[in-house]
Amino acid sequence: MGEVKRGYVRPLDVKNGRIDMSHGSGGKAMAQLIEELFARAFNNELLAQGNDGTVLPALQAGERLVMATDSHVVSPLFFKGGDIGCLSVHGTVNDVAVMGARPLYLAAGFILEEGFPLSELKKVVDSMAAAAREAGVPIVTGDTKVVEQGKGDGVFITTTGVGALPAGRDLGGANARPGDVVIVSGSIGDHGTAIMSQRESLAFDTEIESDTACLHNLIETMLAAVPSTSEVGNAARGIRVIRDATRGGVATTLNEIAKQSGVGVMLNEKGFVIKPQVDAACEFLGLDPLYVANEGKIVVIVAREDADALLAAMRAHPQGKDASVVGDVLEDPHHFVQMRTGFGGRRIVDWLSGEQLPRIC
Amino acid sequence: MKYVEEYRDGDVAQGLAKVIAAEARPDRGYHFMEFCGGHTHAISRYGVTDLLPPNVRMIHGPGCPVCVLPIGRVDQAIKLALENNVILCTYGDCLRVPASESLSLLKAKARGADIRMVYSCADALKVARENPTREVVFFAIGFETTTPPTALAIKQAATEDLPNFSVLCCHVLTPSAIMNILESPEVRELGTVPIDGFVGPAHVSTIIGSQPYEFFAEEYRKPVVIAGFEPLDVMQAILMLVRQVNDGRSEVENEFTRAVNREGNTRAQALVAEIFELRKSFEWRGLGEVPYSALCIREAFGKWDAERRFNTEYKAVPDNKACECGAILRGVKKPTDCKIFGTVCTPENPMGSCMVSSEGACAAHYTYGRFKDVEIVAG
Amino acid sequence: MCLAIPAKVVELREAGQGVVDLGGVRKEISLELVDGVQPGDYVIVHVGFALTRLDPEEAERTLALFAEADIKAAAAAL
Repeated sequence: MGEVKRGYVRPLDVKNGRIDMSHGSGGKAMAQLIEELFARAFNNELLAQGNDGTVLPALQAGERLVMATDSHVVSPLFFKGGDIGCLSVHGTVNDVAVMGARPLYLAAGFILEEGFPLSELKKVVDSMAAAAREAGVPIVTGDTKVVEQGKGDGVFITTTGVGALPAGRDLGGANARPGDVVIVSGSIGDHGTAIMSQRESLAFDTEIESDTACLHNLIETMLAAVPSTSEVGNAARGIRVIRDATRGGVATTLNEIAKQSGVGVMLNEKGFVIKPQVDAACEFLGLDPLYVANEGKIVVIVAREDADALLAAMRAHPQGKDASVVGDVLEDPHHFVQMRTGFGGRRIVDWLSGEQLPRIC
Repeated sequence: MKYVEEYRDGDVAQGLAKVIAAEARPDRGYHFMEFCGGHTHAISRYGVTDLLPPNVRMIHGPGCPVCVLPIGRVDQAIKLALENNVILCTYGDCLRVPASESLSLLKAKARGADIRMVYSCADALKVARENPTREVVFFAIGFETTTPPTALAIKQAATEDLPNFSVLCCHVLTPSAIMNILESPEVRELGTVPIDGFVGPAHVSTIIGSQPYEFFAEEYRKPVVIAGFEPLDVMQAILMLVRQVNDGRSEVENEFTRAVNREGNTRAQALVAEIFELRKSFEWRGLGEVPYSALCIREAFGKWDAERRFNTEYKAVPDNKACECGAILRGVKKPTDCKIFGTVCTPENPMGSCMVSSEGACAAHYTYGRFKDVEIVAG
Repeated sequence: MCLAIPAKVVELREAGQGVVDLGGVRKEISLELVDGVQPGDYVIVHVGFALTRLDPEEAERTLALFAEADIKAAAAAL
């Protein structure tokens, strides 16, 4: 063995090491974890300031700040099409983007469970870094805490995003009006199906991958083609609302919009794009794809006059190639979301009650 | 999905709707009870009633195993999990069923009970093998369809001599429930609840066959048409019932011939008979105590019977006073006749069992059909 | 009640198990309740168990019955 240099610190044993309580103690072990794992992966000038907070450049004139936060707990941590790392970037970037804002920066908070393998943590962090880089939204500040074994599920990640909202733009959920058209950006239920297929108690084989993705480019394309109503200044034109249809699926998102806007919605079952495998998995488990989570799909409410132009713009973008019209906004004092079934009847598409659980009957 | 999608074709449905409308005589009403929650679900989810003429009315029956599970049975399961510290495995459907003291299995879990949702009873066996130092109880509910899998699980436990596995058996029998409805005063005394015929169970019948219904058709002069759970199956069965009524016939007909024959699955029947025997009486929610309407585990397999092992006794608990589940399950009342429907009792906070399972008459109406109670907003 | 779905048996495994395919989704289930299941058969699956074999001829016959109603409706409309 050669002579050990003074001040030499043995590098983090990413291959075999595990998180222990010292990684959250504020001491050297924590500093090393942050430097060798997090800072190295996320590497950007703003993060390199190395202070308790990060000083950010000023916005352009007239822009307002949009801020969104999302905590991510998912089991399994690694699933087909993604993992908790990239999911935590996509989710928050999308929450900022659906407001019509240009996502700028992310903050990340990690709660690590004692005993969590460093090799897995590295995979998660690398995936986050790659997602942030691809999105062009740097992670500029962060925090790490460690909880005792049994008090966490490997890793929980909270990300907070900020973005710049151009002057005059408003895509709030209260903007839908009777006569508007409802568009969904692609196939529904992919994320939830991919996750469920890998849950131990349900395990089934499917090629379905999570649709987890950053959608700000798609949204930018859409707003370039059809601006928001508030920007157009004409009540008969423009995009009213954009929402990402995550937990609770498209059904829940539409119920939220109907309530916020004080309107009803009539969906057309035949309008939805559902992959056959998602359909089949839902049949096995007694679930309804309308309520299954997405992580890369948006629900858009647009003025009827601009629906065709928007649909064309969405379809020209790879993330919106399967976009379709799924229904209309109606006047309805009960704020019901209803659906014309493919079978020819009608039914309510209600709020999800409790967690959607697989059924036997 | 072959053998699924063909039976959901909206164009074919229009054709069937026209024939039903043409053959249903305008001078009379037709009241058919779909016994099974599976049919209730199909009717609501696909909007089948929109395709029926107004004089053909469907009455939702008690064929939802979650809905007929009395509070006291859920209490037993919760007690095992909270007081005997067992790992309680059960199907997802059971988790939200309301029990005593505002508890449910899901809420008991939040209080520290080890409750695990399984897709199959085979998974419960697996949990037992993986946790040899813990007692594992499978809370078994369901009709004849779900019973043979439980029987196999018990037999497997016996073969392996698995010491820490047992079953809390709440399996119930369809024919006894139908008989109970037919014997109820509301149905017997003409005019209170007119039932002109039954849409008979789909998957239950794959096991028991069509033969057990012959008695009802003969004895009570009620037509029965066994039907699959797809919406076209239901419509075809309704058409066949309309024809029987028009012809004055009361026969057992089978629309679900692709999966049901007269004898049923004799292999499954033999297995069930080997493991289980009839209970003298079992309380159903809504129907009360029904003699010989449920199964319990035979003495020979008593080692795997949670009731014997933990010496747990069933205590009847009355339903919420305002709850009309009983009358609704018998077809005497509609969900909207219940004072607490949609107000105190909702799927988020169910008071009665019909609001728990998505197959329950109340939940199905709340979830899929509520717009029919208010002024219709045309789309 | 009793959520069950027809799926195609694609593989037999030991101990009475088999793999079924439904619209590209595959799952291992138990075939122990049904005699002599062969790959290619359609079975009705409930809580991870095959309950019975589906009869393809009868399935066609039922579809034909629906079609008959359709023809009748069309004829009546004339």
